[in-house]
Amino acid sequence: MFGTYLRRELVNRRKQTIIIAVGMALAIALVIIVNSVSSGVKDAQASVLQAVYGVGTDITVTQPATAETASAQQGPGGGRRFDFGAGAGTDTGAGRTVNTSRLEPTRGATVMDSTALTTVTKVPNVSAAAAVLSLTNTSFSGTLPNFQQRGEGGRGQGGTSSAPPTGGADGAGGSSFTVDSFSVIGLDPAGKSVGPLSSVTLSGGRAFSSADKGKDVVVLDAAYAKTQSKAVGDTVTIGGTEFTVVGIVAATGSDSTTAANAYIPLDVAQKLSAQTDKISSVYVTAKSSNDIAQIKADLTKALPTATVSTQADLASTVSGSLGTAGDLIANLGTWLSIIVLAAAFLIAILFTISGVTRRTREFGTLKAIGWSNRRIVGQVAGESVVQGVIGGVIGIAVGLIGVLVVNLVAPTLSGGVGNGFADAAGRVGREATGGSTAAPGGAGTGSGFGGAGGFGGGGGRFEAAGRTAASTTDIVLHAPVTVWVILIAVGLAVLGGLVAGAIGGWRASRLRPAAALRSVA
Amino acid sequence: MYTLTNVTKTYTQSKRNVTALNNVTLDIPDGQLVAIQGPTGGGKSTLLQMLGALDRPTSGTVQLESSSLSGLGDAKLTAIRATEIGFVFQGFNLIPTLTAQENVETALAPLKVTAAERKRRAAEALASVGLADRGNHLPSELSGGQQQRVAIARALVKDPDVLLADEPTGNLDEETRDEIMDLLEGLWRDRGLTLIIVTHDSAVAKRAQRRLHIKHGQVKDVA
Repeated sequence: MFGTYLRRELVNRRKQTIIIAVGMALAIALVIIVNSVSSGVKDAQASVLQAVYGVGTDITVTQPATAETASAQQGPGGGRRFDFGAGAGTDTGAGRTVNTSRLEPTRGATVMDSTALTTVTKVPNVSAAAAVLSLTNTSFSGTLPNFQQRGEGGRGQGGTSSAPPTGGADGAGGSSFTVDSFSVIGLDPAGKSVGPLSSVTLSGGRAFSSADKGKDVVVLDAAYAKTQSKAVGDTVTIGGTEFTVVGIVAATGSDSTTAANAYIPLDVAQKLSAQTDKISSVYVTAKSSNDIAQIKADLTKALPTATVSTQADLASTVSGSLGTAGDLIANLGTWLSIIVLAAAFLIAILFTISGVTRRTREFGTLKAIGWSNRRIVGQVAGESVVQGVIGGVIGIAVGLIGVLVVNLVAPTLSGGVGNGFADAAGRVGREATGGSTAAPGGAGTGSGFGGAGGFGGGGGRFEAAGRTAASTTDIVLHAPVTVWVILIAVGLAVLGGLVAGAIGGWRASRLRPAAALRSVA
Repeated sequence: MYTLTNVTKTYTQSKRNVTALNNVTLDIPDGQLVAIQGPTGGGKSTLLQMLGALDRPTSGTVQLESSSLSGLGDAKLTAIRATEIGFVFQGFNLIPTLTAQENVETALAPLKVTAAERKRRAAEALASVGLADRGNHLPSELSGGQQQRVAIARALVKDPDVLLADEPTGNLDEETRDEIMDLLEGLWRDRGLTLIIVTHDSAVAKRAQRRLHIKHGQVKDVA
């Protein structure tokens, strides 16, 4: 009788069934889509983080920048500068060709004492830890006017010399420079279990080994090697030293780049950058994911001035459209799901209550002929649950179609990490042009080019390596559907039906048969 | 069958106490056909609810055979309604989404009856009221008289001891009224039921063995 009555009610009260089912279907579909896209965004964030921090890094320890440390990295006048002596470079007749390279801590990535690594490894439940030094190699090459040949002619300030300027890149006193920078990470060549190289794939040559300590060998990021046309066996100048390329690595993600353009042994990096016994970060792997919170607490206690970040903390640092998508899902998507779900529940409850009220005589009659409250509550709840399940099934179908559409559209999200490491992974080759009309000041005794200016001459052009704010990675969003998502959807549909049925059934059970019959007499 | 002793029922209606039954004492023997008449608001429906175990008196006792309806809990009253009492209502009160056959079957749902047995008995009950060929029709596809026949079949399918009919012909024309009364009378006679009919219609009341008149909550036999 239960099944027959239930079927007849659902079929013959089609309008109510459809409205409740559609409401529930919309909510369930939205939950599935938001959940799947959210998982996809999380995976993408993890992929970005993995590209930067490597596989298995649960916690990172860094030193926050202070006003002192930040200014200490800059030259006088607030900018970075290259200084050339009077005899610097090679005289080519028409001008002097200069070429220099410098390795220094990445702007924003403050260094700390390498004893931090020892401190970290002593913290309980730390499985592995690796220290890295995040650096930027900046090279300057170009042609300057031959100031010595020009003698006194170049002493005028702001190009006030009576003799027309000669020499330089354009033969008229101009200059042409290329300023190129790329990111370098110094790391322990023996450590492979944790750190930026733990997630890469070797696409050429070999990986670091403990024998590489103290050697001028470099492993290049595949994308960077391609842009610089470098292969295994070639040499790269880092901090004025020739390094031999022993390996080329690529990120495991399809379009990802690795954490830096170049990787060199830590001890060599410290020496070349004059950062003896200094490191930028420590990568930490916990023995168990359950230990992460406690390790973070212990590390914060052991290294009070350091910044200790878990993967969850780091996820919030992902920027770009990926960060925006993450925020959108976390805020709008989640709230929209909750609101639509609540609305669907409310619709189901209101329609069920309304149905019970409309069926007062029906339930009163059934009670009069001997139906127990339990049987009537079961009937009402059964109808609601089936309506919810119908909505759930439709919602799952619609949700899966929605997820399929997302995966077919496959939007590309760009993500980056806006901290020191990301800065280190800045891309090279951004071109900027500038010109000046005066001859270089102070000519004849050497030139000083700094961030504060100081250009003169008959016009010049320089290429500057731009540094992007973050290491950006393009990732195609894939929204996964898991069994859990389906189970959650079914659970919500059944729950919605149960809640509506319980409330409707409760109202039905409170009807006294006599009153129910009297109310319609 | 029924023994009512000093039954009083009061309601609170719009913050006012209404005495629907006032110290009613009444015996209704087995197998009697009783008509209850009286003005609107005189207490007819309330008396029927007491007899039908749908409500309890404020004071006094209602005895059905050996069961004291006034002292039983809801579950026991529900069980008595499911097995011993059949109801027929003025508005038929059929479930609109169920067929005639299924409506009759609802009366057997609370009983431990197999689905096959339920279907068989419902079909027999429909046949006994002359609707053997209307089992698959929805109430909306039946006339008023046919709907009341389905309601009577529903009341009788469980073989109750007593049949309570609240204005069973109130919504029917004269011809159909007589048909329904003929049917009820025939069933009463054939099955040995106790049949209690609340009616405004004197033509219906005249067919009863015994006529009760209820006014201001007090019941009197009409000679």
